[in-house]
Amino acid sequence: MVDAVISDVRGISTPRKRTGLRRMMQRKSTIAFFMALPLILLIGLLVLYPAFYAVHLATLNKSMQRFVGLSNFTFLFNRETFWMVVRQSCIFALTAVFFKALIGFVVAHFVHNVPANKQRRWRGILLIPWVIPPAMSTLAWLWLFDPSYSAFNWILVHLGLSPVIWTGDAFWARFSVILINVWYGAPFFLIMYLAALKSVPDQLYEAAAIDGANWWQRIWYVTLPMMRNIIAITVLFSTIVTFANFDIVQVLTAGGPIDKTHVFATWAFRLGIQGGDIPLGASVSLFMFPILAICAIFILRDIHRRGNEA
Amino acid sequence: MTVAQATIDRGAPTRARYGSMSRDRRWALRWSYFFLVLFAIFFLTPPLYMLITSLKTSAEISAATNPWWIYNPTLSNYIELLTSSTYITFFRNSAIVSIFVVCITMLISVPAAFALARMKFWGSAVLATGVFLTYLVPDTLLFIPLFKMFAVFNEWTDIQLINKWWVLLIVYPTLTVPFCTWIMIGYFASIPKELDEAALMDGANYRQILFKIFIPVALPGLIAATIFAFTVSWAQFLYPLAFTTSPDQLVLPVGIITTLIKGDVFNWGQIMTGALLGAAPPLIIYAFLMDYYIAGLTAGATKG
Repeated sequence: MVDAVISDVRGISTPRKRTGLRRMMQRKSTIAFFMALPLILLIGLLVLYPAFYAVHLATLNKSMQRFVGLSNFTFLFNRETFWMVVRQSCIFALTAVFFKALIGFVVAHFVHNVPANKQRRWRGILLIPWVIPPAMSTLAWLWLFDPSYSAFNWILVHLGLSPVIWTGDAFWARFSVILINVWYGAPFFLIMYLAALKSVPDQLYEAAAIDGANWWQRIWYVTLPMMRNIIAITVLFSTIVTFANFDIVQVLTAGGPIDKTHVFATWAFRLGIQGGDIPLGASVSLFMFPILAICAIFILRDIHRRGNEA
Repeated sequence: MTVAQATIDRGAPTRARYGSMSRDRRWALRWSYFFLVLFAIFFLTPPLYMLITSLKTSAEISAATNPWWIYNPTLSNYIELLTSSTYITFFRNSAIVSIFVVCITMLISVPAAFALARMKFWGSAVLATGVFLTYLVPDTLLFIPLFKMFAVFNEWTDIQLINKWWVLLIVYPTLTVPFCTWIMIGYFASIPKELDEAALMDGANYRQILFKIFIPVALPGLIAATIFAFTVSWAQFLYPLAFTTSPDQLVLPVGIITTLIKGDVFNWGQIMTGALLGAAPPLIIYAFLMDYYIAGLTAGATKG
C-alpha cells in the first residue's frame, strides 16, 4: 500500500531525467537499507564475526600460531575439571531456572490475590532485586555469607543451630550461587506471570467455579493452559541467561572452593583472560552454544507460531 | 475486585454457600499477605543489609556485635567515598559510558526499527529475526574473541583499545541495540498504517514521518528502551572486567570489586556503601519510571 503511494507520488513529482544512481538512492528500499546499515554493521562486526572467530580460535594452540584441529577439545575432554564444570553448569542452570519459575509463579498468584490498588506497591517492592546490578547485590550476599562475620550465621547461632560455611564448603557454595541467582531472577518471572495472569479472562474462572472445580483444578485446567506460551518463553529466555551467567559466580566464589562452583563462563574467563590461554578459553565458552541454539530454536518456533495466529 | 466481591458476599451472610466463599476469600487474602511479607523479607534482605552495614564504623563491624542493628550510626563511609577521587572516577566513567551508550543505541536502533517495521527491503524479514537472535547471544560467548580481535586491531593499526574506557562504547551496544531494536519494532508495528499513509499523501518524507509521527506516538516504548539501555550498561560487569584494568579506566562494578576489596583486610562498611551508591542510579530511575521499566521488561517477550 505504502509502496504504491510512494511510486505514484514519485512518478508525478520527480522529473524524468535522473541518473540511475540518484534514482536508486531515492528508492524506498535503499533508504530503508541505509537506515538499518549501522545495525547490520554492528551485528556483523561485533556479534557474528566474533562468534565465528571463536570457532577459529578454538582450533589454535596456546600461542595462537599453529592450527591444532580439535586437540583443545580432546584436552578438555580428558580433564576432570571440565566434566565438573559441565555438571555444575547444568545443575546450576536447571535448578535455578526451576526455582525462579516456581517462586515467580507462586508469588504472582499472591500479588494477584491482593486488592488491585495495592498490587502496584507490592510489585514495586518485589522487583527490586532485579533492578540492582547483580555485581553489586552479590557483594551484599558475599558479606552476608562472610566466613567470620556472616549475619546469617549470627541468626543460626542465636537459634541454637550450628553455623554454616557458606562459601568455603563445596555443597553450600553451590547452594549459595543458586540461591543468589534465584533471588535475582525470580522477580522477573513474577512480573511476567503477573502480566499473564491479568490476561486470563475472569469468565473462565467463573465457569470453572460453577462446574465445581477446586483451586488446584482451576490452576491446572485454566491458568496453566492460558499461560503456557508465556511460561515457555520466560523459561527459555532464562535458561539461556542462566547458563551464560558470570557476575554472580565470579563475585561470590570466583569458581572456588577448588573449582567446585565454576560454570562455563567463569571457567572460560579464568583460562582465557586470567590464564592467558585464549584458544582454550574460547573452546570452553563454545560449549554454551548448543544450549543456546536449542533454546533459540524453540523460542523462534513459538514466535513464528504466534505470528501465524495473529 | 476481590474487595468488592468480598463486601457483596458479606452482605448476604444468611446464605451458607456465599458465606463460606467469602470466608475462603478472606483467608486467601490473609495468607497472600502473609507470604508476600515473607517473600518481601527474602527479596529485601541484601539491600537492607547493605544499608545497615554502610552506616556502621569499621570498629563496630569488627567488634562482631549484632550485625542486624546499628549501635553508632555514622555517615563517615559515605563522606569518605564521595570525597575519594578513585570512587568519583569510577562513578564518572560509569555515567559517561552509560549515557554515551544510550545515545549510540538510540541512534542505531530507532532508524533500524523504523526501517524494519515499515519499509520492507531485501532481506528485512531475515534481519528482524537476526536482531532477535543476536539478543540471545550472551556476552560470555563473545568476550574472548572480542579480546583477541582488539589485540589484533592494535597490531594492525597501532590503536590501543584494551584498557581504555571507551572500548566499552564499542562493545556495550552489542548488548543493548538488539533488544531495543526488537521492542521498538514491536511498538512501531502497532502504530496504525493509516497514520503514515495519510502523512505520505500530505507529502511528508520519511524523516518527517519518523520524527513527527512515529517517535511521538511510540514515546513510551522509546522511554522503556532508554531505561533498558541505561540499566544494562550500568550493570555490565564482564566486559569491563576483561577489557579494562588500570584504576582510572574502570567503571563502578569492577572498580568496587578490584580496588575496595584489598586483600584480606575487607573494609566492608565502605564496600557496602560503594555498592549501594552504585546501585542508586538504576534504583532511582526505577522508583520514578516503574511503569516504563516494567513495560520494557514485558515487551521483550510479549511484543514478538
